[in-house]
Amino acid sequence: MMDYSRILNQTVLQTQPSGIRKFFDIAATMDDVISLGVGEPDFQTPWTVRKAGILALERGKTKYTSNRGLNTLREEIAGYVRRKLAVDYAPETEVLITVGGSEAIDAAIRAVVNAGDEVIIPQPSYVCYEPVTKLAGGVPVIIETKAEDNFKVTADELRAAITPKTKALILPYPCNPTGAVMERGDLEAIAAVLRGTDIIVVSDEIYSELTFTKAGHSSITQIDGMRERTVLVSGFSKTFSMTGWRLGYACGPEEIISQMTKIHQFAIMCAPTTSQYAAVEALRSCDEAVENMKAEYDRRRRLMVAGFNRIGLACREPLGAFYTFPSIKSSGVSSDEFCERLLEKEHVAVVPGTAFGKGGEGFIRASYCYSAEHIIEALNRIERFLREEFP
Amino acid sequence: MKNELLKLLARNARYSVRQLADMLGADEAAVEKSIKELEKEGVICGYKAVVDWDSVESPLVSAIIEIKVVPKADLGFEEVAEKIAAFEAVESVYLMSGGYDLNVVVKGKTLQDVAQFVARELATIDSVTSTATHFVMRRYKELDVCLFESEKDDRGNYLI
Repeated sequence: MMDYSRILNQTVLQTQPSGIRKFFDIAATMDDVISLGVGEPDFQTPWTVRKAGILALERGKTKYTSNRGLNTLREEIAGYVRRKLAVDYAPETEVLITVGGSEAIDAAIRAVVNAGDEVIIPQPSYVCYEPVTKLAGGVPVIIETKAEDNFKVTADELRAAITPKTKALILPYPCNPTGAVMERGDLEAIAAVLRGTDIIVVSDEIYSELTFTKAGHSSITQIDGMRERTVLVSGFSKTFSMTGWRLGYACGPEEIISQMTKIHQFAIMCAPTTSQYAAVEALRSCDEAVENMKAEYDRRRRLMVAGFNRIGLACREPLGAFYTFPSIKSSGVSSDEFCERLLEKEHVAVVPGTAFGKGGEGFIRASYCYSAEHIIEALNRIERFLREEFP
Repeated sequence: MKNELLKLLARNARYSVRQLADMLGADEAAVEKSIKELEKEGVICGYKAVVDWDSVESPLVSAIIEIKVVPKADLGFEEVAEKIAAFEAVESVYLMSGGYDLNVVVKGKTLQDVAQFVARELATIDSVTSTATHFVMRRYKELDVCLFESEKDDRGNYLI
């Protein structure tokens, strides 16, 4: 018998698969389960984008593209980023098309981290940053953001986390799962700490279009001295409802992007060609579709926040992404137990906050990628659950 | 707010005032007042269920009737349209551009009912010069609602 546990890569072996798998497996056995667990849009990819994909197939555009991705698409992305953020990237050298934002995060971390380097990760946040850092030989340093700070990273927390070994800071805003956003002033404070250091920022702005503040999305790349140290990561999944197309991108200084391109070249070759042609169309003609989806998300967001607060789960207003992150501390039980019992009693699936880091204890994540009717039914069930289980 | 409110009510007339207020970020009293005003102004003309008549025990048949009319010099199409609209069997009446004038949707218990109604009541109106009746064979979508069996939500519950 081969002893795989000795043979296989130790870092991979020690990487924990997502802890809520078992929980969702239970949900899958129930036929009347109502989920608020999903982290992908319920909207269809706009038809014009799907049509562009079909047209590319019809015309036989089915070969590899250049490693960096189609020129046209890189130009469109550079134009889009300029339009949205007023930050300039050269399409030829400073833009890389990746397989989803995820690949861009992985490549960025691998491009900058040497063995033993520290990567500062604010949590609760999306689950990939920590394992990806470890797989690159880095050491995750967690900042537990606080509900009373609206789950923003503060300058003091950042300063306290920095050591001589700090290589990079992950900035995941708008934030999955908390819905937190970093506004201009918050980013200025972070920039003041970083200025004069050699710390690289990986700014995951995949939810930037879903920012519900008056001022709209702010990016750290817009702040003096930050563009040169930042890899901006974004993609098409959330904004254009294109999750299955697997398409993202990174923008950054040529020196970093060219290293990421090598990693991408040898691991991936190029992002899916059909998706790249479809994405060109998305950037050219979907402003109105995106506005409409955003308006609908906003209505659902208000419905859900008001609903949670009314039934006794204190819920801060999430200002970005498409999640609410209500506190379940009033129940007196752990997030895990709350979610398990809710699933068992009322067949409602939500995600325990602890899935996104220890700091998520006492919270649950509920997605509003569902119709208003679906959300209303889920809230009714949760209300009954609270009344019966925690009177 | 009124336009947003109308869009929501057109999607689902059974949202409660509170749910509407939550979604619109308005207060309940303001929403209630707006609805009353819209009803009074005749902007909201009614609230009805969307029914798939093919799936009930005694289904109703419907037909689209294309009608050509000689308009009256002073009244245009109004007089005849009003006359047609008054019949209970008539579900909708539209003035059309293109090859004919009035598009009339008629509902009845049987094909014969509808055919007789057209022959006796519509074709005989003075200014009507011709009618063409098209029976609906099957409904696929009614008032924005797809009548196909709804597709299952196939999004996986992986942690994203």
